[in-house]
Amino acid sequence: MPQLFDIFFYLFAAAIVASAAVVCFSRNIVHAAFSLLFTFFGVAGIYVLLSADFLAVSQILIYVGGILVLLVFGVMLTNRVTNIDLRSALGARIPALIICGALLALLVSILIPGHWISFSDTPWKGSPWHTNAIEQVTKVTQGAAREILDHQGSYGTASEIGKLLMTDYLLPFELISIVLIVALIGAAMIARRESNSSTQSTLSTRKFKEEAAR
Amino acid sequence: MNYTPVGLPHFLVLSAVLLVLGIFTMLTRRNAIAVLMGIELILNAANINFVAFARYGAINLGGQIVAIFVIVMAACEAAVALAIVLNLYKRQGSINVREAHKLRD
Repeated sequence: MPQLFDIFFYLFAAAIVASAAVVCFSRNIVHAAFSLLFTFFGVAGIYVLLSADFLAVSQILIYVGGILVLLVFGVMLTNRVTNIDLRSALGARIPALIICGALLALLVSILIPGHWISFSDTPWKGSPWHTNAIEQVTKVTQGAAREILDHQGSYGTASEIGKLLMTDYLLPFELISIVLIVALIGAAMIARRESNSSTQSTLSTRKFKEEAAR
Repeated sequence: MNYTPVGLPHFLVLSAVLLVLGIFTMLTRRNAIAVLMGIELILNAANINFVAFARYGAINLGGQIVAIFVIVMAACEAAVALAIVLNLYKRQGSINVREAHKLRD
């Protein structure tokens, strides 16, 4: 019998694959951008199923709230006619289809047989799927066990991730913050430079020169 | 027909499908922003793998922390790539990646 967990997994997986296929095959770039929204939400649901609650929330915040808005901005700023078919020619698509089909067949043939060494079927001990946590919940609802209330940080991963980021992963954390600030400053510089030296290379002046040359 | 409960291979196959769709998007699109969308799909597939191994494997929360780093890198990449795409659009009037080789001239 399928459990509720399995039903939700197949729901999210169907949503992810269907919307990613729309991203992949749609002729309209706006449709692709909007179906990317559903892909990101589906991946957030998969994170919830994998008991990564903090990651699911940051997926929605950063991907949907940041990256997707950035992509839609890009679409709006660069597309005058949104209905242009922007796929490659058929001759370029068929080799890509062959390569991707072969890669998918290879990956699935490796993954399906399931000779994975099962490290532990019990998830991380703070997750709600863990049996002890469920026992704790039932104990609390039965009104016993004062010490469970003192045992903080047992539910959710946010506090544990925060502790790990400040202890074991402090150096990568600082490095990634430096990378982030450098990338943002660089993006601002790249986007600005053109408007400062707008005498030479912008499109309007180039068109003007072409018309003047005629 | 025996029913197998959802486990690690299911998540891995899902991320493999997502990876292949992303690669196909990158290979066949001529719009630079659609290529960026393919990159986002690929990064999401990698993230699903990390989190699935964090749940079922021996790395407990390390996988989730790496996934957070991947999300931050994706944000950096999207910002820089969008700036480049906007500059490309200003310069040549379209964001067709087939015409990007004109930048050499």
